[in-house]
Amino acid sequence: MSLRSNLPELAKHTLEDARSDFPSKVRQGDFVVAGKNFGMGSSREQAPLVIKMLGVRAVLAESFARIFYRNAINIGLPAVVVNTSAINENDELELDLSAGKVLNLTAKQELPFPKMSKTMEAILNEGGLLAYVEKYGDLLLA
Amino acid sequence: MPQKTLAEKIIGSHTAKGEVSAGEVVIVKVDYTFSHDAAGPLLINQVQKLKAGSLEGFEDRTIFFIDHAVPSPTKELSNDQATVRNYSMNNGLILSDAGNGICHQVMAEDYTSPGDLVVGTDSHTCTSGGLCAFATGMGATDIAVAMKLRKTWLRVPESLKIDVGGILPNGVFAKDLILKTLSMLGTDGATYKSLEFEGSAIDNLDVYGRLTLTNMAVEAGAKTGIIASDERTQQYLKEFDRAEKYREIRADDGALYESEISINANDLEPQIALPSSPDNVKPISDVKGIHVNEVFIGSCTNTRIEDMRTVAQIFKNRQKAKSLKLVVTPSSQKVYLRCIKEGILETLLSAGAMVTPAGCGVCFGALGGIPADNDVIFSSSNRNFPGRTGNPKAQTYLGSPATAAATAITGEVTDPREFL
Repeated sequence: MSLRSNLPELAKHTLEDARSDFPSKVRQGDFVVAGKNFGMGSSREQAPLVIKMLGVRAVLAESFARIFYRNAINIGLPAVVVNTSAINENDELELDLSAGKVLNLTAKQELPFPKMSKTMEAILNEGGLLAYVEKYGDLLLA
Repeated sequence: MPQKTLAEKIIGSHTAKGEVSAGEVVIVKVDYTFSHDAAGPLLINQVQKLKAGSLEGFEDRTIFFIDHAVPSPTKELSNDQATVRNYSMNNGLILSDAGNGICHQVMAEDYTSPGDLVVGTDSHTCTSGGLCAFATGMGATDIAVAMKLRKTWLRVPESLKIDVGGILPNGVFAKDLILKTLSMLGTDGATYKSLEFEGSAIDNLDVYGRLTLTNMAVEAGAKTGIIASDERTQQYLKEFDRAEKYREIRADDGALYESEISINANDLEPQIALPSSPDNVKPISDVKGIHVNEVFIGSCTNTRIEDMRTVAQIFKNRQKAKSLKLVVTPSSQKVYLRCIKEGILETLLSAGAMVTPAGCGVCFGALGGIPADNDVIFSSSNRNFPGRTGNPKAQTYLGSPATAAATAITGEVTDPREFL
């Protein structure tokens, strides 16, 4: 199996170009907080998959590249478009997807974000596209 | 009926209600689904997990390509390719095996027709938009569902009109035009949108060049790039024995565009994307003279037969610079064969090129000329992110195949008009 097909091995290299210590420091329940156009480039679903495998609960960014965004939702990793400029490393965050807000408990700030489309929310609620299709037996509009 | 963009027209014709407008989320029927050796193992895993739907009845519209690392350089990649090969053979699906060509090139040669809706596990799936299809890249799970249910969901994109007046001057190509467009839009300037190219320069561009434009729509973040079909599309389909597939589709006068960019092709000079982003673009006059160690002429962006003819014209009776590595990778077996028939291969080899089998080559960074540390590589491909060509310590410049050929002769970034 190539590295690309061996997800546990691939996960050891997650985001290493941006932060070489990311794979060793990330903890269960962490958020990845990013700037503009997160996930730019390829269509590879491996990108959100390894982030999720390492225990990341959601990715918050100013904007996402289209395919990364869609892939993240499809594998059940919330990708939230929100103003991240005031979030600092190690801030304690709470994400409320249905209310459309991120609470920065450290900075005592509330960061609202527009609700995602109903179709995406329905897919995310089932834990991903495959589980969604299994449940409804078809692809339906929420 | 309200006037429609190309994206609205093609998506609308694939919905039950027959008509859509930008911003709607809709379920669409898909005409072709495809995957390849880089995403195939993950996709096949998802297809096998999914109980709903079936591949049956759509075997001739479900395609697996082995193109990303060919011939395979490692046993691990060989095993991935065996997974893809065996799965497609066992299920009677179409297999485009190693050496046959890059998925986007082969789709444009043998499968995509005007008006089609095409989805594949590769970001450059949008290439097929040059034939007036709605084509877009998605991940493995999305395509697994599309393969088995023969449908997917889409948000109908807003369209950006890129109006290109004038006509491309000699020595300036579709690649220069799309790099110029990227410099204006940036890598997130068209996120979620459809880029729709029109104007006299597009009317005068053959399908080969149009495919170069739509190929790099994704570099601006776009969902797709689309160009109306016309007599040039008809001529192209005829060349590939698919004349009966022609349909004329154009945007309605008065269709709504989110915004519009105008470019005058007459004023355009060759464009270069500097390290390390495809929107970091400068005209060649600002970049000339940079020393280059390797030239790669290949990828789904370029190396169709027209590109190869131009490159051969530049290399005729000339040699590549000493100590420079010159790698040429035709985009498909059909292109390769025509290069042999037309004497292009002889010209390339005489110039000192290494000509590899058709595939993604060094654009994908798995084989076919991975640069050394500190190498500067000039490439006709679509992305120059750090590490893209397999070595994060190398730097990549992007330009047209003609600029790449001129650069290979002198060993430094060179204006191809000096040789044309």
